[in-house]
Amino acid sequence: MAKEIERAGFPVAHICTVTPISKTVGANRIIPAIAIPHPLGDPSLDPANDKKLRREIVENALHALTTDVTEQTIFEE
Amino acid sequence: MKLVLGYFSIEDIQFAEEPRLEDGVLFVDEAALSAEVLADERLRAAHFEIARPGESVRIIPVKDVIQPRVKVEGGGEMFPGMASNVDVVGSGTTYVLEGMSVVTVGPIVGFQEGVIDMSGPGEVYSPFSQLNNLVLVVEPAEGVTPQEYEQAVRLAGLKTAMNVAELVRELTPERIEEFEHLNIVESSRKYPDLPRVAYVQMLQSQGLLHDTYVYGVDAKRILPTLISPTETMDGAIVSGNCVSACDKNTTYHHLNNPVIADLYKAHGETLNFVGMVITNENVYLADKIRSSNHTAELCSYLGLDGVIISQEGFGNPDTDLIMNCTKIEDKGIKTVIITDEYAGRDGKSQSLADASPKANAVVTGGNANMLVEIPPLDKVIGSSGYINVIAGGSAGSLKADGAIEAEIQVYTGATNELGFNKMSAR
Amino acid sequence: MEKFKVVHYINQFFGQIGGEEMATHPPEKRSGPVGPGLGLTAQFKGEAEIVATIICGDGYYNENMDSAAAAIVEMVREEQPDVFVAGPAFNAGRYGVACGAICKAVKDALQIPVLTGMYEENPGVDMYGKEIYIVSTRDSAAGMRSALPVIGKLLLKLARGERIGASVEEGYFSQGIRVNFFEEKRGSTRAVEMLVKKLADEPFVTEYPMPSFDRVDPMPAIKDLSTANIAIVTSGGIVPHGNPDRIESSSASKYGEYSIEGVADLVVGEWETAHGGYDPTAANHDADCVVPVDVLRDMEQEGIIGKLNPYFYSTVGNGTAVASSKQFAAEMAQKLIEQNVSAVILTST
Repeated sequence: MAKEIERAGFPVAHICTVTPISKTVGANRIIPAIAIPHPLGDPSLDPANDKKLRREIVENALHALTTDVTEQTIFEE
Repeated sequence: MKLVLGYFSIEDIQFAEEPRLEDGVLFVDEAALSAEVLADERLRAAHFEIARPGESVRIIPVKDVIQPRVKVEGGGEMFPGMASNVDVVGSGTTYVLEGMSVVTVGPIVGFQEGVIDMSGPGEVYSPFSQLNNLVLVVEPAEGVTPQEYEQAVRLAGLKTAMNVAELVRELTPERIEEFEHLNIVESSRKYPDLPRVAYVQMLQSQGLLHDTYVYGVDAKRILPTLISPTETMDGAIVSGNCVSACDKNTTYHHLNNPVIADLYKAHGETLNFVGMVITNENVYLADKIRSSNHTAELCSYLGLDGVIISQEGFGNPDTDLIMNCTKIEDKGIKTVIITDEYAGRDGKSQSLADASPKANAVVTGGNANMLVEIPPLDKVIGSSGYINVIAGGSAGSLKADGAIEAEIQVYTGATNELGFNKMSAR
Repeated sequence: MEKFKVVHYINQFFGQIGGEEMATHPPEKRSGPVGPGLGLTAQFKGEAEIVATIICGDGYYNENMDSAAAAIVEMVREEQPDVFVAGPAFNAGRYGVACGAICKAVKDALQIPVLTGMYEENPGVDMYGKEIYIVSTRDSAAGMRSALPVIGKLLLKLARGERIGASVEEGYFSQGIRVNFFEEKRGSTRAVEMLVKKLADEPFVTEYPMPSFDRVDPMPAIKDLSTANIAIVTSGGIVPHGNPDRIESSSASKYGEYSIEGVADLVVGEWETAHGGYDPTAANHDADCVVPVDVLRDMEQEGIIGKLNPYFYSTVGNGTAVASSKQFAAEMAQKLIEQNVSAVILTST
């Protein structure tokens, strides 16, 4: 999906837990997530910290979208 | 460790007030078995049905399939840490009721469980169609959470299997088989010239209805570890999952792991079956990395030449599979992996979510997306309506006349990744 | 019962016209079987017959591909056959290319089943093996005896309209389409035998060759985030409560477009997941952990991003075929273009 949307002309930030799969299949901007059932959150945290964590990941995704890349890149925090 | 399995072949099951095994016919007391199940207050209703090979019967939604066994000698009881004390098992003598199983049926979280067709075109995708099945149908009490309900049904199945197997404790089995698991020093002395081979079994551990238990421990919380193959024959590994039923291991599969059986057959002839490692398939990337690292280290520590790796499930566990394979290959140990495929209904898509050129020896259980049309069967145990919502089905899968159109993904064990079946794909 | 009608294509050599010196022979049609067609007819056991044989020089076909194909297609059309078969060509390169090309031309023009046979290194396999059935043969005509039964059997199956088994069962080259079939031995036994061979450095055949994945060039970064329209797409199956589009929990056949205009937070009871591949507890409790509407809405208010696109797109990436995902994404991309989206955050579970 990441490749197909990018092919249509959009930069795509792919937020996913299993970054190796994303790398194998060919996403270009890869953002590591928390866990498969909750990529952008952690239910063990209280709501405020859960949201803070989510914001950090989204900020990293936006950082990736504003960064030019020439090859597949994993944006570690 | 040395384990002797004694087999009783069950030709038929009948309900009777006096439970007994007579001339291959197992008589069970439905009222007594139900009462035991209902002692768990999380369950509101329970009843039993019998489904025999060749009968026009569909069972849906299937949660687990369990082979009745009883330990008559050696430490511990069946299913340690789950349905009995957490003693070490895998030694002594265990009696096995062959040709039958206990099947648990019931709505778990409202969707996603498997199908067994006892006859018709679906029979070939239902490995358990060949067994006499004692089917336990349960309903949850009100207010029980899905987690509690899942656990209650799991235990009900294990306990029922143990109760049934008690009937043969004092009898003499028809035939016996012996399995020995030597420690690594003894085994290398005994077979100095044979290639050293181990089995890496990946256990599904992705959350509710995707879990597996080892001596009662949720497998997502284990580090990869060594276990004797004979321990699995005594129920050390228990299934807690049934979602996308085609490639999930039931407890029956764990008790009768075909990789272990076939490695034992080759043991001492073409290879030295040194032992097995169990690992998990967790939802955190760090866990995947840690577990695959540890698995490769254990394989290296065992001084292996070759490994068979079996996967359970698909999707993100494809990455665990590829990590295990590549890291073990990087240790100079040759691997064969067993998986199944999601190549689309037309078979044209990539079969796995991950890939590596190092995974050059693959055995496949077939394409789970293959669409089948199956005419109605006369009787349904459970409820046909679930076919529309289980994994592999879709709205409209159930036709007005009771026929189904769905992917073989819905059939319990259809594309099993322990290599239980003959199906493959090219 | 009436016999199936077959037209057979062979070259000048097997047509007993001559060797290389006759390779320029133009297409000609004869009635009934010729050369290998006699042996092939024996395989039909009365169920089919070769009504006509077309003989063409290898040189002629390869030098006049379009006109030769057009002429031969017309010759075939006149016979109204049920099946068209060419060769087998073994390792004869030009013959193999001619067999592959004419099979494809006949299939496209007349919509009838076609097949041929050749050796694995024949260039015709590479060129046409994905589109037509090419039976695997030995490298020389000495393999005729073993090739004809396989070709005959597959031909009859095609004529009868029967389901064609997997490539290893039927003896044709894989077309890259995965087909289920039943092996003689169970998977675990096959695995042990494969490992024993691999350990002994003996040849073994994997049941699934690993694929190679294509790549897409990265698009340029967004220049100004504060004016950008950011859209969310997910394969995590987040849907409005009750799953109104009934997106399947696995092997999804569709995706959903959902409005989040004026929505500040995906709250429990209004949003949930349809995905069957993971524990849904967390996503059902707070779908923002898959589709981060709350955070992006805040950032929109704070002026960090221009806006959050009023629609998000969702499907279930659980056992869903790559081809389906590609199609969904291509359709979504069209909508995203219409909605003037600047960049996409794609979340996966």
